[in-house]
Amino acid sequence: MLSGTLTLLGLAVGLASVLLLGDRMLASRENTAVERVERILPRIHCGQCGYDGCRPYAQALVAGTASINLCPPGGEETIRQLAELLGAEPLALAAERGRASMERVAHIDEDACIGCNLCARACPVDAIIGIPQMLHTIIASACTGCERCLAPCPVDCIVMRPRHA
Amino acid sequence: MPERVKIHRKFTGGLPLRPYKALSTGAAASRLTIPKRLCISMQQQSGAPAMACVTPGERVERGQLIGVPTATLGAAVHASACGRVHALEQRPVPTGSRLVVADCVVIDTDPEPGPASAPGADHWPGDRAGRLAAIRRAGIVGLGGAAFPTADKLGCDRACETLILNGAECEPYISCDDMLMRETPDSILAGAAIMLEIACASRCIVAIERDKIRALETMADAVRRFADERFTMVAIPTIYPAGGERQLVEMLLGLEVPSGGHPIDIGVVCQNVGTAHALANFVASGQPLLSRIVTVTGRGVEAPQNVHAPIGALIGDLLAHCGGLNERASRLILGGNMMGYSLPTADIPITKSTNCVVALTAEDVRDDTTEWPCIRCGECAAACPARLLPQELLRAATGRRFERLTALGLVDCIECGCCDVVCPSHILLTARFRAAKIELAEHRAHARLADAADERYLRRKDRQLREADAARHEQDELKARLAGDEASRRAALSAAVERARGRKRSPDEPE
Repeated sequence: MLSGTLTLLGLAVGLASVLLLGDRMLASRENTAVERVERILPRIHCGQCGYDGCRPYAQALVAGTASINLCPPGGEETIRQLAELLGAEPLALAAERGRASMERVAHIDEDACIGCNLCARACPVDAIIGIPQMLHTIIASACTGCERCLAPCPVDCIVMRPRHA
Repeated sequence: MPERVKIHRKFTGGLPLRPYKALSTGAAASRLTIPKRLCISMQQQSGAPAMACVTPGERVERGQLIGVPTATLGAAVHASACGRVHALEQRPVPTGSRLVVADCVVIDTDPEPGPASAPGADHWPGDRAGRLAAIRRAGIVGLGGAAFPTADKLGCDRACETLILNGAECEPYISCDDMLMRETPDSILAGAAIMLEIACASRCIVAIERDKIRALETMADAVRRFADERFTMVAIPTIYPAGGERQLVEMLLGLEVPSGGHPIDIGVVCQNVGTAHALANFVASGQPLLSRIVTVTGRGVEAPQNVHAPIGALIGDLLAHCGGLNERASRLILGGNMMGYSLPTADIPITKSTNCVVALTAEDVRDDTTEWPCIRCGECAAACPARLLPQELLRAATGRRFERLTALGLVDCIECGCCDVVCPSHILLTARFRAAKIELAEHRAHARLADAADERYLRRKDRQLREADAARHEQDELKARLAGDEASRRAALSAAVERARGRKRSPDEPE
């Protein structure tokens, strides 16, 4: 009687701990919905979707408060994959969101730059170097082509160029 | 008779194919007279293109350096004839697997070929590093088709035990290596001996397909004359693609080259016989790589043959040299019929990687490109020499599933075309895989950019938080200090008021 109870109790505790452990380990490996959505997005944090980076947009997508067609650098491919993952209807890219592309990088016309530092403050990936009142320049290999630096420039000395040229 | 190595094992997959080689091996190789105009591409090898160092109007001598190697995997480019630089322009040029647009130096050649520019007295130094640099300066690259810079292949720091001299030439139609082995076997072996020395390898296996009887004979004779016990000859079975680097290593040594790796990872270096000849020629005469042997063949050519042509000659010049195209010709292929690709025009220059031009007739070409659905018969997997699953790769490539493509080993596809041949549904598999490889590379570049952007973005967010924190902290401190000042000021004030009141209350007390 006692040995039977103890055996069953032992089995219950042992198996429960195995299940618990397995659940913990598997859960930590499986990506959350937000992470999976974020993997589809370009992760260049251009902010053209209206959110401050890809993660907030991914969170909004998962919460169902954002439309899937707001990402210009991702383009149709991203929309297709998002539609597939989220079970939504594919939509055409929202045109008013801009046309940022990873194929292009920003370039500062160094003769015109007045060193106002506004572009460097706008850059989401710190790809612009320069201190106030001094010449600024763009680290092309780090630039994601998000075009966030274009609008703040008071002298319009930033242009987009093809990445490989 | 030199010792014959036994074949270790047959590689997986592969196909016996009709060789079509007798078309071009009937006549001895001829020499193309220097054409009026040469168009020398700066993208002669795999790796970064060279930078042109001549200007239009400038005179160049034969063998003069016109392109300096820029980055890693570079090789110098030389003028293959004397003349005047006509222009520097961008033109489509062939590489191993497709046409690319690259800078070209166009040279108007002299009607009378002048003497070659004299090589420097010390064109072949004594030390290994110097010799590797000399090979790079001489612009010697692998002449088997992929044009990998020879200096990079031989100069690898990892230990090399075996040099495989590749004379297999397994692809149908191509016979330039065969002809070269018949013509200059001694030079090829001399080049291989130099390679052995530079690579610090202890033996050299000369591998030739069994059906190249004349080449086998001449090379065997040459090996006997050479009397070097490091050299052995092997006649390998005639199965396409036995001449592939990985297949050759597997067959001769029973070893598998790791996925995504090179033969040097397992101590083997493969070199084409043409490369060995070019190297021997350079060491003997100081002449950089200026010409190569090209097979011009197919039933659409009037007189198919092998031609020694200067680098930069147009394919049209080669065809004219071989009697031109006949009226049956319907398609031009660069390379063999398996791994080659069709050319839109003959106005394209040859590069160091160009081994063959085939003019196919209408009956050689299957114009109907209708594809039927995959019936999952698995023939492609059985034929694949890289042990891949083409039908699964096709599904992943169509769906652009890049992680799946990586997992299925797309990088190990050697684009041999065996799966295309056996597919009963006539699915164009290899073309898709070529495109998918480019897409995968782009996808990886984007992923790298995105990872870097992600990291920089997070660090920036971090920094902004830290800065905001620090600012708030500073403000709090300032407030606290001011508050402290205020308290002590009030205390001093109230003390003074107290003193004044005390004085007021007792004005007549003595001071």
